[in-house]
Amino acid sequence: MIEQTLNGVQLGVMLFLMASGLTLVFGIMNFINLAHGSLYMAGAFTAAWIQNISGSFLLAIPAAILLTAALGVVFEVGLFRRFYARNHLDQVLVTFGIVLVANEATRMIFGPVPLRMPLPPLLAGSVEILPGLPYPTFRLVVLGVGLAVAGLLWVIVMRTRIGMWVRAGSSNRPIAAAMGVDVDRVFAALFAVGAALAGLAGLMAGPILAVQVGMGEPILILALVVTVIGGIGSIKGAFVAALMVGLVDTFGRVLLPPALGSMVIFLLMALILAFRPKGLFPVHG
Amino acid sequence: MAEFDPHLPRPVERLAPIVVVGLLAAVPPLAQVLGDPFLIKVATRVIVFAIAAVALNLVLGFAGMVSLLQAGLFGVGGYVVAIAAHHIFEAEPIGIAGLAWGGSADLALTLPLAAVVAGLMALVTGMVSLRTSGPYFLMITLAFDQMLYYGAVALQKYGGDDGLQILTPLTLAGWDVSNRWRFFYFALALLAVTLLVVGRLVGSRFGIVLRAAAENERRVAVSGIPPYPYRLAAFVVSGAVAGLAGGLLAAGQQFVSPADMHWVRSGDFVVMAVLGGLSTVWGPVVGAAAFVVLELLLSSWTQHWQLVFGLIIVAVVLSLRGGLADLVHLLGRSGGAR
Repeated sequence: MIEQTLNGVQLGVMLFLMASGLTLVFGIMNFINLAHGSLYMAGAFTAAWIQNISGSFLLAIPAAILLTAALGVVFEVGLFRRFYARNHLDQVLVTFGIVLVANEATRMIFGPVPLRMPLPPLLAGSVEILPGLPYPTFRLVVLGVGLAVAGLLWVIVMRTRIGMWVRAGSSNRPIAAAMGVDVDRVFAALFAVGAALAGLAGLMAGPILAVQVGMGEPILILALVVTVIGGIGSIKGAFVAALMVGLVDTFGRVLLPPALGSMVIFLLMALILAFRPKGLFPVHG
Repeated sequence: MAEFDPHLPRPVERLAPIVVVGLLAAVPPLAQVLGDPFLIKVATRVIVFAIAAVALNLVLGFAGMVSLLQAGLFGVGGYVVAIAAHHIFEAEPIGIAGLAWGGSADLALTLPLAAVVAGLMALVTGMVSLRTSGPYFLMITLAFDQMLYYGAVALQKYGGDDGLQILTPLTLAGWDVSNRWRFFYFALALLAVTLLVVGRLVGSRFGIVLRAAAENERRVAVSGIPPYPYRLAAFVVSGAVAGLAGGLLAAGQQFVSPADMHWVRSGDFVVMAVLGGLSTVWGPVVGAAAFVVLELLLSSWTQHWQLVFGLIIVAVVLSLRGGLADLVHLLGRSGGAR
């Protein structure tokens, strides 16, 4: 039971890393990014690749995060920026196109066989969290990193000048620009952070799940569910909803028959939206 | 698109669907002349996807709501036809709520059933998702699509991930439809009926409310017409027709698989509708044809055809900057809230 709870929380923090990027980009740039899962995939593949050629897990971490952040900036500046003012259908189409390209390009480069990502010995074992209850060390690390990032993100958005720019740019872009905020640069930076978080989630998922083409899509869907339940644009909502979805999904799979277990998340979403159509923590009235 | 008097469509509007259906009808004789029966198979695929895309466009183009649930409902229809045939083949009745049904291989029964089940599914999911709008609607329909996809994967009894093969010959009210020509013209007739019905709907009072609500929801509501029931009805009709198309695909290829329910397939349907143009009833037929032919050409050229296809989509969206936006300016309003 405790083990399942920890697994649920761990899935929850992974989802939060994904959903925070989605919800910020959506809430602030009003942009639907279906390609967010591709950044997660990019993080996992880069990490596995760097680790396989260098043999170092420690080197793979910054490499994956930096590369996905860079990819995020390239896409933002090169393509997505032109779509902020356009309707959601165009945004869906262009990011859908990118998903197809990303999946196929990854298949071309790395082949259809999943990559392996072995853990360093320090993290490969398990620790006894309670007497007689071992738990994989790496999952604990994932949990800790996720919670730390969530806290850091909250502090940055709510307590720093950069966070203030971000919030200013989101609530009124022309006024923020007139006040001297370089909105373009803030948005690019924001996109890079969202991408880096997706990359971080991907690299942490690497040793737990298979590193393969299309791995970004299941988590993208769950992250969308989290975003919608939490209220689009709300970091707090994303955090609460991510933990909720992580726990419900984990326990649903253990306790319910498989057909129902894989659908329980969506039933939860339907139930919440039936009462709160704008999510648990609606941002704009 | 929105002419001021929608009761009087321009002559082109009246003629185009007839031309489109006529061109498709010429495919089997042409295939005969060229000695290439594969053409009929391709054209059947075009028709099936066209039916689903035309139905999607009722929601997407005319009601201005981006739904990514179409593939899920499409697949539900496919599974209804395949499961009914499976039970006949296994001679094992289906027990539903204490009643036993032996299954059926008769499309005259299973295709309407496919439409009804998909329509009910659309009703349930629509009741929740239509309470929201814009990006919420989009994300929720996407999530529901994946729910149906995972649901199909979890159907271990019916093949799970591998899909389900139809091993018994299908009939249409006692008439054998395994003949390619027959099946083709049957599907084409269904497409023609779909075009007719959707065309009528769009031009009716119902369609006017739908389009007006896409243009300015508040004004319609203030006029004393709540858009919700109209949108729900459109969503259900669109879903039922998608189920019909899915059943048709399953019958045509004697096979159904969760792969056709994946959200990427829903994206394909949106692409078909957009390629063909959202402002006309028949446009998505052209889009479906373009999609199927492109898929075929690219996949014969390289196994990495999705890469090229993705790039084409990006290029189209980028280059039709004004065009696409003009076609769908309705969407910008309803979707681009705040």
